[in-house]
Amino acid sequence: MSSWNVNDQRIPQGRLTVFSYLSVAFVILLLVGFWKLQVVQSGHYSDLAEKNGIRSIPIIAPRGAMLDREGRVLVDSYPSFSILLLRDNPKLVQKYLPAIESGLGISPEDMHDQLEAAKVEPRFMPVIIKPEASEADLAFVESHRSDIPVLDLMMVQRRHYPYGEMLANTIGYVGEVSAQELERSDGRYAPGDIVGKAGLEKEYNGQLEGTDGMRRVVVNSVGKVMRTLDNVEPIPGKPIQLTIDLDLQQIAEHDLEGKEGAVVAMDAHTGAILAMVSHPTFNPNDFAVRIPPKEWKQLNTDPETPLLNRAIQAQLAPGSVFKIVMATAMLESKAIPPTYTVYCPGYANFYGRVFHCDHAHGEVDLHKAIVASCDVYFYHVGQLLGIDRISYYANALGLGHLTGIDLPGEEPGLIPSQQWVERVYHHKWYPGSTISVSIGQGAVMVTPIQLARMIAAVASGGNLVQPHLLKDDPNVKVTRFPISQNTVDEVTQGMWGVVNEPDGTTSELVKLKDIDFCGKTGTAQTMSYDLEHRLGKHIKENGWFVGYEPRENPDIVVAALVQGAGWGSFVAPIVRDVVKAYYDKKNGIAPAPSTSTAQNNANSGSAHPLVAAAGSPGAPVSPVGRSAAGRAAVLTTAQAAGAQH
Amino acid sequence: MKNRARIQDFDWVLLALVGAISLVGLLEIYSCTHAGSLAGMQWKQLMWIGIGIAGMCLISMIDYHTLLDQAPALYIFGIASLLVVLVLGYSRLGAKRWISLGGVVNLQVSEIMKLIIIIVLARYFTDVRSERLTLSDLAKVGALTLVPVGLILKQPDLGTAMVLVPVALVGIFLAGLEWKHMAIGVVVVALLVPIAWNMRHHLKPYQQQRIQTFLHPEDNPRGAGYQILQSEIAVGSGGFWGKGFGKGSQNQLGFVPVRYSDFILAALAEEQGFIGVCFVLLLYLGLILRLVDNAQKAKDRAGMYIVIGVTAVLGFQVLVNTAMVIGYMPVTGIPLPLISYGGSSIAFAFLALGLVMNVRMRRFVN
Repeated sequence: MSSWNVNDQRIPQGRLTVFSYLSVAFVILLLVGFWKLQVVQSGHYSDLAEKNGIRSIPIIAPRGAMLDREGRVLVDSYPSFSILLLRDNPKLVQKYLPAIESGLGISPEDMHDQLEAAKVEPRFMPVIIKPEASEADLAFVESHRSDIPVLDLMMVQRRHYPYGEMLANTIGYVGEVSAQELERSDGRYAPGDIVGKAGLEKEYNGQLEGTDGMRRVVVNSVGKVMRTLDNVEPIPGKPIQLTIDLDLQQIAEHDLEGKEGAVVAMDAHTGAILAMVSHPTFNPNDFAVRIPPKEWKQLNTDPETPLLNRAIQAQLAPGSVFKIVMATAMLESKAIPPTYTVYCPGYANFYGRVFHCDHAHGEVDLHKAIVASCDVYFYHVGQLLGIDRISYYANALGLGHLTGIDLPGEEPGLIPSQQWVERVYHHKWYPGSTISVSIGQGAVMVTPIQLARMIAAVASGGNLVQPHLLKDDPNVKVTRFPISQNTVDEVTQGMWGVVNEPDGTTSELVKLKDIDFCGKTGTAQTMSYDLEHRLGKHIKENGWFVGYEPRENPDIVVAALVQGAGWGSFVAPIVRDVVKAYYDKKNGIAPAPSTSTAQNNANSGSAHPLVAAAGSPGAPVSPVGRSAAGRAAVLTTAQAAGAQH
Repeated sequence: MKNRARIQDFDWVLLALVGAISLVGLLEIYSCTHAGSLAGMQWKQLMWIGIGIAGMCLISMIDYHTLLDQAPALYIFGIASLLVVLVLGYSRLGAKRWISLGGVVNLQVSEIMKLIIIIVLARYFTDVRSERLTLSDLAKVGALTLVPVGLILKQPDLGTAMVLVPVALVGIFLAGLEWKHMAIGVVVVALLVPIAWNMRHHLKPYQQQRIQTFLHPEDNPRGAGYQILQSEIAVGSGGFWGKGFGKGSQNQLGFVPVRYSDFILAALAEEQGFIGVCFVLLLYLGLILRLVDNAQKAKDRAGMYIVIGVTAVLGFQVLVNTAMVIGYMPVTGIPLPLISYGGSSIAFAFLALGLVMNVRMRRFVN
């Protein structure tokens, strides 16, 4: 039998009762805790529960296409998938990283860099490890959905530029919304949204971008989609039709290949831009995915400034093209009689300095001065007119201020005046400066588009059109600066002579049969003779040619600039090709990709593949475009497969 | 002198309360798991309850005095088992808690240790004949308790180790600790807390993290604080009336951590609301009060200690688990008795209740 105290029957009833009371007290305490959570703060926690289980997935609206004036697609969008790495659980990520790297063909260094870069963001934000998934990538992700739980797909709308570099500076490019844009947008944008960053993409961003839709899904604690609650369909962006003529654009692009410069072709009656080229340029498709920082830096710091749209942003001395302004001023101001003549010995002396001319032109009147581009004649005209009259007419003809083209970042150029020099340099105008200005040198700076517009204005008797790229733009206006018929006749006959008379400054090759092709050359020094002398080297001059047809009240005007061309007459064939193509097209002749003579002057190599592609009839989209469409179809099936999960 | 038990002395009220609580558990386990790969879990739980009831009947047949006779042997067996687990036991969920019995039943040895400590301490307190505990008595109680506590902590299983302590504390209280000494004890504990706080660096990293998480769950909502936060969201979003059976998004979408086990009350709070929580907690209160009643009506002091030991363990588990679900206590891995899914936990609860029945059935016998 037990040796221990078995028969002790004292039960501490009091203390047991205390225990009961304590139990009741604890239960009440716990119930108060539940009351706080479930009744007092219930709304707060309900919100949190909803956020937990319901995820809103944006359905990106496709951006509107850009079409040329005949409806040919210049820019479009296609659906594509980005591969996301979910990094909520770093252990899982580390575990699957080697498999992912080999499966998607990402080098471990690249992957490491991407993950490092994303470290600043919260862990529940997935990283885009492959912005544009190939079919093989998609198959990899889909087939490993169950065993690699850290990968996911996101459908995006990718911008596609079927012609690559063509028209790139005008079209611009798209990119992720910046922090500032995000702030200014008042909640319209979310981080990662794609917006127009430059060119037309930026200017018409409002029309082009649609409204993103939204799919609300129920997800479980590991993020797996259980079911769809509702769908708000995206509203696609509206397409815009441009004034650009793809045929003219391709010819101009081809002729400027390998050069530094710009070409602007414009309908002289309306201001509709038919072609706008700036070289060197970039490929906006590079921006459509994600431009690697290195490449972006290179584009930005490249001394050849590929991101600059030279047609509206290059501010350069116009050289002799400015003589058209001088001639107009001379005749319109009536300060100098139309019969005024000068003897040109090849140079002239003003204010103790020698000013040069290309040739000794001998006895020169206005017509000959324009045709042969005699500097000495216009030195005298400039001295007689004075800087203020020159400045007045230059401004009236649209130089020195914005043309109002529908592109961001247009530069105004500069027309010097007494007022300007006093404001900026705080000294009186030196009369010697007027002599340089008279031949479009000195402080004068213009853009190619300004010169095109100026020549169109003079040849049309003073119609200053507003250059524009949006077809049927309701806001386009034409301003008048009336120029007398006599002046128009005199000056345009001069410009006809430049191309068509034996002593004109362009070569015989530029003449066009049956076409009333006129124009004016310009050869502008990029630094003064003095500076060149001191540096002991010669920088080749910028060459200009602004041509148009017909002679009076023109249909088309084309300005071309080739930096470092050395001579304006070398530039004229580019303009000739564009004008000829325009004329041929109007008369029902299919435009041919540039002639052999243009190639001689344009020192270009093989035929442009894009020109060839577009030139072949019945090829609506380039091969690049077709393959993109094919890919889109594949992606749609992949998406359907994904939805079944 | 064998005491004969009579079946009509079985505590049917207690059994009804236990049945009601177990049923709530079965339903909530069904709600938590029916839609996923764990479907059918409630049947396994039901099987455990069946085994538990059989064990309860079995243990109520053996006179508790016989069990108390064997207290020293049981204690040595328990300590030895814990040592075996530490050396040989296989690791599951990162802790060595399990011992494989013939490859069929995996029993958590520390659960058995809970039963043993109840019997051992009941025996010890009965042996203290005086009205008041001496310091050496306290020291002995402390030593008897802390050896298994230390071994279980080594596994490491903070939760189960903690559960042994209230058996000793409640026993000391009933054995006649002077109110004056109790006051001193409270003051000493109050002083020890800051010291313990400074000692926290000696805890295992997971324990440190649990404390950190408990104090600042919002610091790392996707990491360690996640469990507490998700549990609170489940409870809070349930509101007064609940979202309905099987309709709690936190629960059904898997945001509530181990929703069928440690956090089952959060799942229940979400689906059944404050009303449901009140119902469950009142069932538990009824259970505790009924157990205390049994203690008060025990035939002798030894029986009283056994019943109150069981009460202390079950009450403490309900308190700690419930407080954890609403963020009042850190995550310790203590299941909710009779409701949380788990064979060991269910088996312990019914065996412990078997001890209570044992005492009750012998109250009129002499």
